[in-house]
Amino acid sequence: MEITNAQYEGDEIREGNHGITATIDGQEMSIPLDSGNRHYAEILKQVAAGTLTIAEAD
Amino acid sequence: MALSKVNPSLVQNFGRRRLNINGAMQVAQRATTATISDGANEGYRTLDRWRALFSSSAGGVATMSQVNGGPNFKFANSLKVDVTTADTSLDVNHAITLQYKFEDQDIANSGWEYRDPNSKLNISFWAKSTKAGTYCVFLYSQNNTSYNIVKEYTLAADTWTYVSLSFKGSNSQIAFNNDNSSGLIVGWTLAAGSNRYENVVEGEWILTSSGQAQGRYATSNQVNFFDSTSNVYEFTGVQIEVGDTATDFEHRSYAEELSLCQRYFEKDNINGGSGTHRIAINKGSTTSSYYFAVPYKVTKRALPTVTISQVYDSDLTISTHASANTDSHLGLKNATGGSTNTRALAEINWSVDSEL
Repeated sequence: MEITNAQYEGDEIREGNHGITATIDGQEMSIPLDSGNRHYAEILKQVAAGTLTIAEAD
Repeated sequence: MALSKVNPSLVQNFGRRRLNINGAMQVAQRATTATISDGANEGYRTLDRWRALFSSSAGGVATMSQVNGGPNFKFANSLKVDVTTADTSLDVNHAITLQYKFEDQDIANSGWEYRDPNSKLNISFWAKSTKAGTYCVFLYSQNNTSYNIVKEYTLAADTWTYVSLSFKGSNSQIAFNNDNSSGLIVGWTLAAGSNRYENVVEGEWILTSSGQAQGRYATSNQVNFFDSTSNVYEFTGVQIEVGDTATDFEHRSYAEELSLCQRYFEKDNINGGSGTHRIAINKGSTTSSYYFAVPYKVTKRALPTVTISQVYDSDLTISTHASANTDSHLGLKNATGGSTNTRALAEINWSVDSEL
């Protein structure tokens, strides 16, 4: 799975991060912060391996 | 017929025997054909619930398709893998497999006494390949400590063959929780390097982390299906069921299979994919965000990944509303700004993915 351009998603209503936008295998996606989600699990794996960083929310 | 004439031993296990979804290759929400290879092109690309995996950056390229026809008129579709770039020198860790993943709870509640070697999980299917030889099917228990078990089957060239393989439970080695996480992988091996069959004894469970610690997907007899661009593999009629013998394939309607698949993937397949999801509002006197919710047809296994493409934008740019996305509806919002007191219109396509 190729993941680039990862950035946390903020929210106007609730504080904090609520998701991650990223380009996965060439498509822009919105990934929930849920360990049961396979894309989020892969993001955490690549962050732990030092091959991916997640930018802060705008 | 009087009830007394029905032999209970013949009917007690009828109905809902097939544990897997889309075994007749009916549903392909994402696409009916795609290129598969290591990296961005692996995973779930065509038929629902079926993924292609190029382990340890295995080489080779193929076209994976849903095709019409099968071994007989009982099946209208098959899954086809057509090699377009060969890999003739497999690395020891390489493996190329087609996989089906079960949720933990679907095995835990299946009725399989998986801690008893006398209790069996049977896997039956039809397969055909231009390349004759020995192929393998494996189980990969993922919970807690991982274990594998492999069984072989043999194909003659260009001949549809019915295969039935019985996998035994293990004494106390494998475990399945009663939850929605990934529990059991069933895999069809097309190529495997030597570490993928290290110390494998056909039909015996092996600790994945032993030896070179690679998932065991084959025996040493496994052919390298990816050794030629002439090779084509097809299979269908996959039935995974509890018991030591295969029963007739349990046929289901397209509508039922689609609904079952939508627990893992759903898209707004409006007019068969040619239409769009239209959102129209009157913005009133504010340029702040507006919020929308689109209910899913089926509750998702877990919070899904969302993909949106905007097809048309008239003062209404749509994006996901992350904090409002749930397992039962899609949260959307429009970008702030633009005009007030105007009719705003957007057309989008969306899909959500909560695959294992």
